[in-house]
Amino acid sequence: MVAHVDMSASGAAPQTGERQGTGGVHVERVSRTFPSRTGEIHALDGVTLRAAPGEIVTVVGPSGCGKTTLLELICGLQAPDAGTVVSAPAALMPQRDLLLPWLSAIDNAALALRARGMGRDDARATAAPWLERFGLGEFERARPAELSGGMRQRVSFLRSLLAGKPVLALDEPFAALDAITRAEMQGWLAQVLTSEPRTVVLVTHDVEEAVVLGDRVVVMSARPGRVVCEVPVALARPRRRTDADVVALRERVLEALGMPA
Amino acid sequence: MSRSTLRTALGLSRGVSWPGALVLILALLGVWELYVDLGGADPLILPAPHAVAQSLFEDRGLLWSNFLVTAEEVVLGILVAAVAALALASAMHFFITVRRASWPVLIASQTIPIPMLAPVLVLWLGFGILPKLVVIALVSFFSIVVTTLAGFAAVDPDLIKLMRTFDMPRRRVFWSVELPSALPGVFTGTKIAVIVAVIGAVFAEQAGANSGLGYLFEQSIPQLLTARAYAAVVVLSLFAIALFALLTLAERLTVPWAYQPIGDPSR
Repeated sequence: MVAHVDMSASGAAPQTGERQGTGGVHVERVSRTFPSRTGEIHALDGVTLRAAPGEIVTVVGPSGCGKTTLLELICGLQAPDAGTVVSAPAALMPQRDLLLPWLSAIDNAALALRARGMGRDDARATAAPWLERFGLGEFERARPAELSGGMRQRVSFLRSLLAGKPVLALDEPFAALDAITRAEMQGWLAQVLTSEPRTVVLVTHDVEEAVVLGDRVVVMSARPGRVVCEVPVALARPRRRTDADVVALRERVLEALGMPA
Repeated sequence: MSRSTLRTALGLSRGVSWPGALVLILALLGVWELYVDLGGADPLILPAPHAVAQSLFEDRGLLWSNFLVTAEEVVLGILVAAVAALALASAMHFFITVRRASWPVLIASQTIPIPMLAPVLVLWLGFGILPKLVVIALVSFFSIVVTTLAGFAAVDPDLIKLMRTFDMPRRRVFWSVELPSALPGVFTGTKIAVIVAVIGAVFAEQAGANSGLGYLFEQSIPQLLTARAYAAVVVLSLFAIALFALLTLAERLTVPWAYQPIGDPSR
């Protein structure tokens, strides 16, 4: 139905030499330092992260461990000081929804399609069935201010999904939501990614979220960000936060973060 | 639109106490009236409010025809200023060299006394509407440039990054994201500009004109028709208030998002 959204079509998108259309993400011993007034901020130090095509990797770590920098490297918004980043084209989904307040829900969702030069009517026709699927069918014409936080986050996710990139880089997508909405949205995202598989790198500071959503949890240290350990999550879906296995893995990740329960 | 929504839209229902404002205005007029009536000032220098009110009524035809001339100059002048300011602010936003080069000239342009500039413009452009438009646009345009630039600068850098990951071309980012974000700034600057535009119109007409409220003012003083000169100023003030309110209304209708809290508190 939506041919330009699936992975094969976006493989034809223009790519630079180091960004290959394998659908995966390879971040190899990457370091990144920023100048600051008080000296230098060492954001990332020798970080290696791989995501196989279709894999969901969640990255968890304390504030300031360079998670956002990592995502911007994957999206090609920054270049590493050392190491290599090889990734299929990636679309970002920010923590704040960053919807354009003057556009309706459908036009916001269709923004990435319009960015590639698709006409307005075609873009709307492409986005409409998705809004329906995301439970936003009645809100097509609503402005962001008329939507709840969870709805806005769904529109924002759809906008990034419709960018048609094989990789999605999600930057604490639910951190700004209240606890109940956040739990709902995590279940919703897990469901969407089952039917609409993408290579996902999701950074979060919510350990539970990392375990519930990820195929693999990468634990990072505080600044300078280093990978402390990787915890595979070989659990069936759908997962519930109260499942004994989820709780046990959560304990393990917390321990790796240096916060024994 | 009901009366109360109109008042809300004009921004007059909140922050303005109408009975209070009326009492204050009447009290000030009363003091002024008593001061002149009791011989505190020569009515040829400072006319009493009743004389000004009388002139507003008796000279209404004269005031109205001259008002139309000035109103046209001011509205067109502000339009020219808004378009020019938006164009310059866009160029300054896009090109840092334009921005750096423009600031000193921009600021210097605002320090030129209009009475010095206006005769030169009349010499070059004649007695028609053109020199008035130039003066009004010149005095109006600075505030619009400043607030529009602030609007461009306030665009969330994360939003621009997001558009880049969508491969949105730079030009499209400008038209679809940055320009709409800057529109509330254009309105703010234009509202500030209304006040100086009216003053600019008076100076421009004094330098050479055969109609307009500034011309009427200039003609009335030597004829010792001081009350008429004051009546012209009252009309100018009311016009500025009306323009300001109209712009506020247009702003609410054009950029409603700039007034709404973006979403609910739980976001």
